Amino acid sequence: MEKFLLKYFTLIRVIIAIAIGIVISVFLIFLISREPGFSLRSFLLGPLLTRSRFAHVFETASPIIFCGLAIAVAFQAKQFNIGAEGSLYIGAAVATAFAVSTNMPAFIHIPLVLLVGGLTGAAWSFIPGILKAKWKASELVSSLMLNYVAYFLGLYLINFHFRDKEAGFLVSYQFPETAWLPRFIPDTRIHYGIILALVAAVLVYYFLYHTTTGYEIRSTGFNDRFARYGGINVFKVIILCQVILGFLAAVGGTTEIMGIHRRFVWQDSPGYGWSGIIVAIIGRNHPLLIIPASFFLSYMQVGGRVLNLMSDVPAEMITVIQSIIILLITAEAFLSQWKYRITLRQAEKGDAV
Amino acid sequence: MNPLMKSILSVEFGFAVFRVMTPLLFAAIGVSISNLAGTINISMEGTMLVAAFVGVIVSAFTKSLVLALLAGIAAGVAMGAILSYFHLRLKADIILAAIALNIFASGITVFLLFIITGEKGQSSSLKSLLFPEVHIPLIKSIPVLGTIISGHNVMTYGTFLAIILFYIITFKTPLGLRIRAVGQNPNAAESVGINVNRTRMWALMLSGFFGAFGGLYLSMGYVSWFARDFVAGRGWIAIAAATLGGYMPLGTFLASLLFGAVNALAIYFASLQIPSELIALIPYLATVIALTIYSARALKKRTRKVGEAKQVGKIKESI
Repeated sequence: MEKFLLKYFTLIRVIIAIAIGIVISVFLIFLISREPGFSLRSFLLGPLLTRSRFAHVFETASPIIFCGLAIAVAFQAKQFNIGAEGSLYIGAAVATAFAVSTNMPAFIHIPLVLLVGGLTGAAWSFIPGILKAKWKASELVSSLMLNYVAYFLGLYLINFHFRDKEAGFLVSYQFPETAWLPRFIPDTRIHYGIILALVAAVLVYYFLYHTTTGYEIRSTGFNDRFARYGGINVFKVIILCQVILGFLAAVGGTTEIMGIHRRFVWQDSPGYGWSGIIVAIIGRNHPLLIIPASFFLSYMQVGGRVLNLMSDVPAEMITVIQSIIILLITAEAFLSQWKYRITLRQAEKGDAV
Repeated sequence: MNPLMKSILSVEFGFAVFRVMTPLLFAAIGVSISNLAGTINISMEGTMLVAAFVGVIVSAFTKSLVLALLAGIAAGVAMGAILSYFHLRLKADIILAAIALNIFASGITVFLLFIITGEKGQSSSLKSLLFPEVHIPLIKSIPVLGTIISGHNVMTYGTFLAIILFYIITFKTPLGLRIRAVGQNPNAAESVGINVNRTRMWALMLSGFFGAFGGLYLSMGYVSWFARDFVAGRGWIAIAAATLGGYMPLGTFLASLLFGAVNALAIYFASLQIPSELIALIPYLATVIALTIYSARALKKRTRKVGEAKQVGKIKESI
């Protein structure tokens, strides 16, 4: 038993952090809700109760997986680029502009729109990358500032040039059907974005752990001086991982637009870039672990929305719980005493670890 | 003269620069002081948000400016304390922990706002208080200068006290000496008996202390309400301002003044026929550009120094 604990200590720590988060949310619900039992049920089981809500979990998970992968690639190289949100937004906006102003058969249109979105995001994310690599300007600050720039630029592009004035809301023109990402489960909006996200996770895993460039990214993150002495082109790595970040995040946003809304609807930035940071931390920057982490987060967010609709507890409770969970996970020393004691006991027993 | 130039040269513009600079400067001082101790405080955005929220709520319910001020400061210091606890005691990566704290601040403020007022967007239903404006007797009547300098919110004048306080703490107190020592070389500092972690904890709490004023001014002076995420990146612009200012009192002041001028300029662009979206992005774009220019110059200086050092080394070798 104790050996098992030691072997999977990191994973167990993550699970305990999540459990603490859920306990706190239960506590909060009992504290503020007038019908705590009902609210609790809405939050914990809400996403399972109707077909459309359950489908929401999958729909929300796919952009989150993309953004989580995006952030993980950059974080693995210790590049704290938090610009996934901006890349996603500007990528989706430009992809919209392209989709509504072109006409071609679906089998070319769909990949082309995705590519336009992805490349826009990549180009956007190249900016903090080059500023960091060339002039050592903090990618943390510049990528966050560029999130705002991307948001206002995207908003300008849509509201001034591609706005559908007959729609009644501030939205773009509808995509031509050739640019719709098909949905594959009847009566839901689950679209091929989720399949693409899963494929992307496997590809990113292969890239990071089984290719030379992936190794270079991870070594740079581990110790960039050592990497440099080892002959790794750190300049290239810094730019490359941020370009990949922008590409993945933007493709994630574009699939959502193409599969669910079929027009640009985000007058507010959708926040998937921030969810991406959360799942990257929960999944410890491992591409395959990001998948369950994203489903977990998506489930919680859908639960939060149900809670918001059905009860007197606001959805922002989920934001608070998410932040507490990642705070506990990043705290390396959290539970380390416990691990220490187990290790000690194991050692005393004689079968040294 | 074209209308834009006219408005830039107007006295109202001068007034606006100080107004816009105020929250940035408080926050930039906070960022500077933590940076001097070698712990970067990325959670400034969240710190300001929490302090702004607490100020509005406490002033609405107690009708006391002093209590609102104290509560806001306490909230800011608490944010610094939480960050230092997670970073220094629980060994969390300071950047990730600070990102988590920013998300926390964004969520908890709206969550509590809803519980207290039933609203999610804004606190406009609450009758919260404002810090008073100060009209300085004699200076007020000087033609141009009077209009620019007098009549500001008391917090704007507070920035000058804050700069002086920052200077005194950093250069005239034992704590300031320890903060700088720890920031320059933690191992050396530890070897002479300085408690590195405790010093950094103080620095982060001071950082929260100064940041709190920036947040309080935003919700109780700059505007008279709290709204979801309304700090709008100022905590991050402050990080850029602190970097530009070299984390030193005068530099931080000048850099904040520069960003204040850029932001005020954006307000004046509104008089031209440019879409508001494109005006709104100016401060953020300007921050990226300023940060890049500064970093490029700093890098150049460093490489030149390294180059000189190598030259000296070669000369020594040849001797």
